[in-house]
Amino acid sequence: MTMDTSPADRATADELRVADKTEVADGVVTLTLRHPRGERLPDWTPGSHVDLTLPCGLTRQYSLCGNRWDARTYRVGVLREPDSRGGSTRIHDELSAGETVAFGGPRNNFTLAPSPRYVFIAGGIGITPLLPMIHQAELVGADWQLLYGGRSRASMAFLDELRTYGRRVTVAPEDERGPLDLPAWLSAPRADTKVYCCGPAPLLDAVDQHCADWPTGLLRTERFVARDRTPARSGAFDVELRRSGLSLTVTPERSVLRALNDAGVHVLSSCRQGLCGTCEVTVLAGEPDHRDSILDDDERARGNCMFPCVSRSGTDSLALDL
Amino acid sequence: MAPVSAAQDIPHTDVDPFCPETLEDPLPMQAELREAGPVVRLGRYGIHATARYEEVRAALCDWQSFQSAAGVGLSNFRYEQPWRPPSLLLEADPPHHDAPRTVLARTLGPRALRELREDWFADAAQLVDQVLTGHEFDAVTQLAEAFPLRVFPDAVGIPRQGRENLLPYGDFLFNSFGPANELVEQGRPRLAELSAWVDDQCRRTVLEDTGFGAAIWAAADRGDITHEQAPLIVRSLLSAGVDTTVHGLAAVLYAFATHPEQWQRLRQEPELARVAFDEAVRWQSPVQTFFRTATTDVELGGTSIAEGEKILMLLGAANRDPRRWDEPDVFDLSRDPSGHVGFGMGIHQCVGQHVARLESEALLTALAHRVEHIELAGSTRRHHNNTLRAWRSLPVRVHLG
Repeated sequence: MTMDTSPADRATADELRVADKTEVADGVVTLTLRHPRGERLPDWTPGSHVDLTLPCGLTRQYSLCGNRWDARTYRVGVLREPDSRGGSTRIHDELSAGETVAFGGPRNNFTLAPSPRYVFIAGGIGITPLLPMIHQAELVGADWQLLYGGRSRASMAFLDELRTYGRRVTVAPEDERGPLDLPAWLSAPRADTKVYCCGPAPLLDAVDQHCADWPTGLLRTERFVARDRTPARSGAFDVELRRSGLSLTVTPERSVLRALNDAGVHVLSSCRQGLCGTCEVTVLAGEPDHRDSILDDDERARGNCMFPCVSRSGTDSLALDL
Repeated sequence: MAPVSAAQDIPHTDVDPFCPETLEDPLPMQAELREAGPVVRLGRYGIHATARYEEVRAALCDWQSFQSAAGVGLSNFRYEQPWRPPSLLLEADPPHHDAPRTVLARTLGPRALRELREDWFADAAQLVDQVLTGHEFDAVTQLAEAFPLRVFPDAVGIPRQGRENLLPYGDFLFNSFGPANELVEQGRPRLAELSAWVDDQCRRTVLEDTGFGAAIWAAADRGDITHEQAPLIVRSLLSAGVDTTVHGLAAVLYAFATHPEQWQRLRQEPELARVAFDEAVRWQSPVQTFFRTATTDVELGGTSIAEGEKILMLLGAANRDPRRWDEPDVFDLSRDPSGHVGFGMGIHQCVGQHVARLESEALLTALAHRVEHIELAGSTRRHHNNTLRAWRSLPVRVHLG
C-alpha cells in the first residue's frame, strides 16, 4: 500500500479551536471556531448544524450562523439553558478561547429551498439557523420578512446585525409586545412564499398547528430532539474486521480509515471530510460515533454503516464487514 | 522605482493544451506545464493554468475565490453568451447551486443506488455473456459504450428512441469547454437537433414514473427545487452522465488489457474492482480539464490571479504529479488512489461518482468471472475531445477461464 502523505489529507480535522467566545445577549454567547492549523473547514449551507463534543464528553448540536464565504471560520450561538443536561452550561461557564472541541458534520436537515418570497419566524436562540438564510435571501434578491420574538430585548442576540436589514425585520420582545402575532403573519398559504421557523417547542407547535392545512413544502421547521447518545469517547478503541479476520486498535490521533489503510486493508475514499460518501463501510457490531455530513438521524440511529474517514466508535469495539 | 509586476515572474508558455498532437497524447504537455511552475501563463489564450496536484486541488475546493458561474470552459460568461442555458450544477455558484446539488446528490447517492445494484450486476453479466461469444471485439463500442447506454438511460427513465443522440451531445458539450477549434466546429451542424432532443427528454411527460428523472420532478413537487429548475437538472444527468462513464470504463479496460498481472490480481481479489476503477480514473483522467474564474484578486501557488481571470486546472496532470503520487505513470492496484481529482473535489465534485463506480464494479465483476486473460488485438485509436481523454477503438482478444 502506498503511504498517503499529501498535505491535503493531513488537513482533515476532527477538532475545532475556540478562537473567540463573546457574550452577545443575556444568556447567549457566540463561539468562533477555527481549524487548529487554520485550514479550510468543511463546506456548509444555510440551515446546517455541527455536533460539538465538549471536553466533558457531552455532544450537542448547534446551528452554524456565520458567513460561509469565510471558509476558515464557523460561528455558533449558544443559549444558557439551566434546565438542560449541562452542555450549554459547560460552554458558558467552562469553555474558553484556545480550547478545542471535537466536531461532526456539518449536516443540514433544514435546507433553504428556492422561493421568490420567504417569511422567517424565529423564537429566541432559534434565530441562529435563520441568519445565514436571511443573508442568502438578500443575495438572490428574494422578498423576505423576519418576525423575531424573545423574552426581552436584552435576551435577543444579533439585533445589531439584523438592524442593517431595516424594515424587513420585525423585533417583537414578549415583555413589550406580548406573544407573536402568528395569525397575522401566517394568515394564508401563498404558493410563492416559503415559511421557515425555528425556536422553542411551544412556538413550533403553534406554527405547525396554524399551518396544519397548508400544502406540503411551504412550511419548514427545525426541531432539535435531544437524543440520549453514548458519550463520545476520547480514548482508543478496537476495530474487528470480520471478513479478513484482522483486529486493530484505533488511537485518538488516527482516523479509522487511516488505521485500515495502515493495516493494508483497501478502503477507497475521496473527500476525507465525511461529505462525498465514497468510503462507506458496513458495521456488524458496536455503535459508531457518526461525524459525517451524509446520514440523517434515522440512518444514524440504525447504526449499520459508517464513514471511516471521520466517524469513530462509541463503544469499546466495532466490527466491520471488511 | 516601479514595483515589479507579479505577471513578469510567472513562467510563460506557448503550449496549446487543445491542439491535436496534445489531445492524442497529453502526457508531455502535462509534464511540461507541471514542471514549469505551480501556476503558468498560457500565452496563446491569455490565461493562467495549474498542473500540480496541490494547486489544482486548492482551486477546486476554494469555490469562494474560484467561481464556476462564469463558465467552467475557456469562454467567460461574464462577456460571452453561453451556447445553452447554463447548468444549474456545473455552471453555478452558491447560493444558486445549493438546492439543485442537494436534490441531485440524494437522487444519485449510495442509498438510492442500492435498489439498482442487483439489476445492474445481472445486466452486466448478460452483456458480458453476449459479447464473449466472440473472442475478439472492440471494448469501446461493445462494453464501454454498450453498458452505460444499456443501464443509465433506463435508470433516468427516458424512452428508448433517440438514445443514440446521447453520445454526440455529450461529445459536443465537452468540446465546448475548450477553445472554438475544429472539434467544436465539427459538432455544430447537429447541435440544434441534438439539443432539442435532449431538452425534450427532460420533460415530465416524457420521463418514466420511476427513476432519477421522476425523483427530480418529485423534489420540485415537494418544493425543494422549483418546477423551472427540474428539467435543467435532468439535463445535467443526460449531459454529464454518459460520455464520462464511457471513457472511464474504456480507461479501466485499456488498463487491464495492457497490464495482465493486474488483471490476474483482480481475478484473485475481486473486491479490488472499486479500487481498480478509481486507479484507472486517476491514471487516464477521462475528464482532463476544467476552468474556473477568479472572483477576487487571489493568490494560488505564489502567483496572483486577477479578479475576472480564467484559470485552467489540469486534472490529468495533477493525477500524475510526482509530488503527490509515487510512480504516477504506473497503473497499480496496490496503490491507494483515494484523493485523486479525476472526479474533481469540493462542492462541484462529480455528483454521479457513485453511479460510475457501480457501473464499473458491475462490469468488471462480470468480466473477472469469465475472462482469464485480456489483451490488445490490434491498434488502438483515440477519440479527440477538448475535455475528455477518450477512445474511439480498443480491439481486444480474450481467453476465457
